[in-house]
Amino acid sequence: MAKITFDGIEVEVEDGTTILQAARKIGGSVVPPAMCYYTPLKGSGGKCRVCLVKVTQGSAKDPRPMPKLVASCITPVQDGMVVENTTNEDVMNARKGIVEMLLINHPLDCPICDQAGECDLQDLSYEHGVSATRYEEERRTFNKVDLGPYIQLHMTRCILCYRCVYTADQITPNRVHGVLGRGDAAEIGTYIENVIDNDFSGNVIDVCPVGALTDKTWRFKNRVWFTKPMDAHRDCPTCSGKVTLWTRGEEVLRVTARKDQYNEVEEFICNTCRFDKKETKDWTIEGPRHINRNSVISVNHYELPVLNVPIVPNLPSSTKKNLPQA
Amino acid sequence: MGLKILTEHINVPGIETLEVYRKHGGYRSVEKALKTMSPDEVVEEVKTSGLRGRGGAGFPTGMKWSFLAKPEGVPRYLVCNADESEPGTFKDRVFMEKNPHALIEGMITSSYALGANTSYIYIRGELMFVLRILEKAIAEAYAAGLLGKNILGSGYDLDLHVAPGGGAYICGEETALLESLEGKRGNPRNKPPFPAVKGLFASPTVVNNVESIASVPWIVNNGGAEYAKIGIGRSTGTKLISASGNINKPGVYEIELGVPVEEFIYSDEYCGGIWKGKQLKAVVPGGSSVPILPANLILKTAAGEDRLMSYESLSDGGFVSGSMLGSGAFIVFDEDQCIVRNTWNYARFYHHESCGQCSPCREGTGWMEKVLHRIEHGHGHQQDIDLLVSVAKQIEGNTICPLGDAAAWPVASAIRHFRDEFEWHIKHPKEATLPGAVYRGQLATIEA
Repeated sequence: MAKITFDGIEVEVEDGTTILQAARKIGGSVVPPAMCYYTPLKGSGGKCRVCLVKVTQGSAKDPRPMPKLVASCITPVQDGMVVENTTNEDVMNARKGIVEMLLINHPLDCPICDQAGECDLQDLSYEHGVSATRYEEERRTFNKVDLGPYIQLHMTRCILCYRCVYTADQITPNRVHGVLGRGDAAEIGTYIENVIDNDFSGNVIDVCPVGALTDKTWRFKNRVWFTKPMDAHRDCPTCSGKVTLWTRGEEVLRVTARKDQYNEVEEFICNTCRFDKKETKDWTIEGPRHINRNSVISVNHYELPVLNVPIVPNLPSSTKKNLPQA
Repeated sequence: MGLKILTEHINVPGIETLEVYRKHGGYRSVEKALKTMSPDEVVEEVKTSGLRGRGGAGFPTGMKWSFLAKPEGVPRYLVCNADESEPGTFKDRVFMEKNPHALIEGMITSSYALGANTSYIYIRGELMFVLRILEKAIAEAYAAGLLGKNILGSGYDLDLHVAPGGGAYICGEETALLESLEGKRGNPRNKPPFPAVKGLFASPTVVNNVESIASVPWIVNNGGAEYAKIGIGRSTGTKLISASGNINKPGVYEIELGVPVEEFIYSDEYCGGIWKGKQLKAVVPGGSSVPILPANLILKTAAGEDRLMSYESLSDGGFVSGSMLGSGAFIVFDEDQCIVRNTWNYARFYHHESCGQCSPCREGTGWMEKVLHRIEHGHGHQQDIDLLVSVAKQIEGNTICPLGDAAAWPVASAIRHFRDEFEWHIKHPKEATLPGAVYRGQLATIEA
């Protein structure tokens, strides 16, 4: 066991735990954000650099501070380590700088992006970004890549976190997509024109922190904050069958894996559950899913199952009246 | 003439063949090490010599060797980094091309010291002709029993392979090099674990520059203490310098560390002065990634002492008024060279070579290049200079590997020392974009 002090809070964790996981054990606002690190994926992390923290004391044995800011998601704790995150000005400035870097080539097309409302980058830029941009050059764009009937790749929005690459490596056979090119011309793609076709391919949509990989069966159907998340399960021969249904009235608009407050999936699900079972009769509904994230989808908190209450898909008449005349 | 360790026989006709190389004392260190010394004794000699890594960072080679983990039953590897691709650096190429056996001799002796039975030379993909020279020399060494099983009857086995890269600058970073050597995409790894613990094929690995490895035979032959006498202070031994730019005699020179910079630029033994007798404007002393210094600061330190060609003296004053010896790529600019254009050129290189793995470097290098391109082509704004400083600061130290720092330093230092030149470009876009236009306002202050 190792005892570390994170932002002045003491926490005891197993040896070999990363600083980020130790911070998550504390929870709350001290947890550094993570865009590329994903607990279920081995080898992920270290790339986006938004989780940088300052280690002011390396360990009890060697109290020297670490010379540079370190990526908390890949740095293991040492007993007696002292780490500063939100209490350190350098860390906050560096994070601000990195969020700016992530955004300079991002299209910021949130109004037409399906990920809006549950986007890690959106949350991150609300918290650490600045409202104006200093970037006046042309933004980088990519052509759309066709990945088959279920997944839409919108490379322009990608932040190259490599999560989808690790997912394909670790939970599906024969990865066909990867990172092509170098530097800011690097892109996710298949070489040459190939379809991602296996039973678990849909999970790359869940792990994507931005709207680069979206579900073609859900695209432009609705906004995520208008839908009700419901925990449900079914007897699935390929996966655990434990999912979250995103419903509107009786209609199941989307099926995803169950995600925790850090947007990490609890269990990966198969494509049959995700893309083909879009009727409430396919599922045993357990009840509403409580979304505990600092995001716009949390505004729809409700505690009682409301599945049987008929919801009119259009706006209620009282609201209609108050709309300004066109 | 100074002492020559690496280039003593480099111009002997036929030195690239085993026969001539052996006639000039070649492979003596292999015999001495394998027959009379234990591996640890070789490591001790290298430690005593104070030899520092010649690839750029200047980390003591002996110390690096002693960090190598030695778990039972796991192979260890020595990898020679011959992926020399920094703008201005061409010393290893010349050395390998002229005298391939010297590198092979160093590889055998060093591999023996580290207990490696398989070693690799990772060579830059563009240098295919050098790769063929090396392969020919390796075949000769195998035929003579200097490589392979039971070398010279000592019971020590070594296989040496040459692997070409694909021409990416990033593969000169040691962990990216190992990834590339394993056949993967050349992305730098997160550290720790360091290569000394988990390197090539997840085994303990040492990665050394060509010049460092080639210095080992002399150390074994003559003793580490003898090597430590050469040079100045903690900068021991000799160093190959690739001198380029506006000088009368560009080329690769072997210097004893501690030669004054002024002597190096102006003496006939080395660069032979500035081309056409022009005035010196600036020098990049260690390859494109190190800070640029104006003429007054390269010849004398901020304290007024003579600047010497050594690790310590060149970095005297930190990044405020100093630079680094780096890989020894000495790039000289005369009064007619435009610093803004040069900085843009460097930024363009780093933008092109960033691997794209971590966000500050991927986005920041492109941003700096675009802003510098604008300034150079007469579309800059006054706030762009501070923007560049701020972007460089956002990249520096926040990336996985040192490429981010390498991209940020030249930009930050050029603005630090030549800010008025940048301002002139922005204020006078019409004059600045004329062909051959150069800002000369600063030369007066440099002379004083």
